[in-house]
Amino acid sequence: MFFTKLKRVIRAGFMSFWRNGWVSLASILVVVITLFTIGSLVFFKGGLDALVAQLKDKVDITVYFKPEAQEQDIMTIKTAVSKLSETKDVAYVDREQALESFKERNKNNALLMQSLDELGENPLGASLNIKAKEISQYESIANFLNSHMNSGASDYIDKINYFENKRVIERLSVLTDSAQRFGVIISLVLAGVAILVTFNTIRLTIYSSREEIEVMRLVGASNKFASGPFIVEGVMYGVVSAIITMIMFFPVTMWLGALTENFLSGMNVYNYYIQNFGQIFVILLIIGVLICSVSSFIAIRRYLRV
Amino acid sequence: MIYFNQVFKIYSADSVALKDINLTIESKEFVSLVGRSGAGKSTLLKILLAEEAPSKGEVFFESVNIHYMPRRKLPFLRRKIGMVFQDFRLLSGKTVFENIAFAMEASGRSTKDIEENIPYVLDLVGLTDKSHRFPHELSGGEGQRVAIARAIINRPDVVVADEPTGNLDPENTREIIRILEKINELGTTIILATHNKGVIDSLGKRVVTLEDGKIIRDDKKGKYTL
Repeated sequence: MFFTKLKRVIRAGFMSFWRNGWVSLASILVVVITLFTIGSLVFFKGGLDALVAQLKDKVDITVYFKPEAQEQDIMTIKTAVSKLSETKDVAYVDREQALESFKERNKNNALLMQSLDELGENPLGASLNIKAKEISQYESIANFLNSHMNSGASDYIDKINYFENKRVIERLSVLTDSAQRFGVIISLVLAGVAILVTFNTIRLTIYSSREEIEVMRLVGASNKFASGPFIVEGVMYGVVSAIITMIMFFPVTMWLGALTENFLSGMNVYNYYIQNFGQIFVILLIIGVLICSVSSFIAIRRYLRV
Repeated sequence: MIYFNQVFKIYSADSVALKDINLTIESKEFVSLVGRSGAGKSTLLKILLAEEAPSKGEVFFESVNIHYMPRRKLPFLRRKIGMVFQDFRLLSGKTVFENIAFAMEASGRSTKDIEENIPYVLDLVGLTDKSHRFPHELSGGEGQRVAIARAIINRPDVVVADEPTGNLDPENTREIIRILEKINELGTTIILATHNKGVIDSLGKRVVTLEDGKIIRDDKKGKYTL
């Protein structure tokens, strides 16, 4: 009995969806716009995250050691820094590597090369390249290193560049934080507006069926049996809209791909779409189905009081 | 079978739709409710269907006080009462067949049952060849016959018809009344609200006359007199 009724409700929903083609189309269009907005926000967030990650990646602390520093001392510092909870990564650049990269950077500067040759020995010291998990954590890592400096390590540490870059790092930290916060607020506002518009559209389609719902009740349909098909229709709006939106993103991201790659250097929105296809689709599907079925449910409740 | 006991319906102090209605309708009766517009006919029927609640008094259907019924039980009451409206109220997105099937589906009848029964009622109302039409493709008389078919498909104990001929020409009116009489002969109680004098006079059955919300006359074999 339950399954017979369920089958009938689903069939009635499908039939109504199909026969009220224009109403369905209009609703789907609005839902597609909503999902497109939400999907764009997903891409926007992806782009913003990539941008922020890039900026963060450019920030580090470098500890320069004096040329005569012992590798053992350097390793002690490296191990100590690695153990800090704020540290993401420590890279050790020994003296030879430092010289190599110096030569590579200045290979066109003949004078510098010549004087380096004349010097006969490697004038450069080793260095440690430290990356923190968050930009705000550089301060504490720098303080930790500083305390080492004060307790004898200054014999072999030449300088720590954090204090030179401090202002830039702090500003970058504020910038990335506010960019992310701004992104979240914009997303919430846009998504809120889109959801309200969808809710109202679905309410209107159900409003136009209010007399039918009343008739269904009067010929003996239970609330569930009368309202079920409308919920099924809502679910279908959501599913169809999610599929259409995903298809629409294909040419749009392809077109924007190269552009975003230049702008965000590395983040290609088209690749992002392809790589995260399943995830984005599931997000849009869930949001679409939820918005539409919940809207239908809320809208229909007031017409069931017959 | 249906029993109204001192029923009042008061919307506001100067808008009293029903005053002290006492009415008993026996099984298999054909009762006409007559009265001018606003006399309270429709309100009486709405109260019987539990579309509205009485302000005072009680209404029994068989032995059940229908306004003390939990809301989720209402569909079961409504399946025992077939309803026919002046404006037909068919489901516009469904065909003739589906409109009738809807009432059966709603009461949980089997698909086999539905397929066997609908041709029978379509034949009874003379619409066998129009079962796949949509309501907007039907004439007024045909639309009302579909509504009657829908009302009787669940074999209700009572068919309530609220001005079923109000929108129809004389020929279709006669046809609809003839169908209602036939249903009554098959053993279903009929309550017909109308202000069509010709219909009442030709029926020669019980007539209950309402005026200003009160029953002013109840004749076993009545004529239309106001």
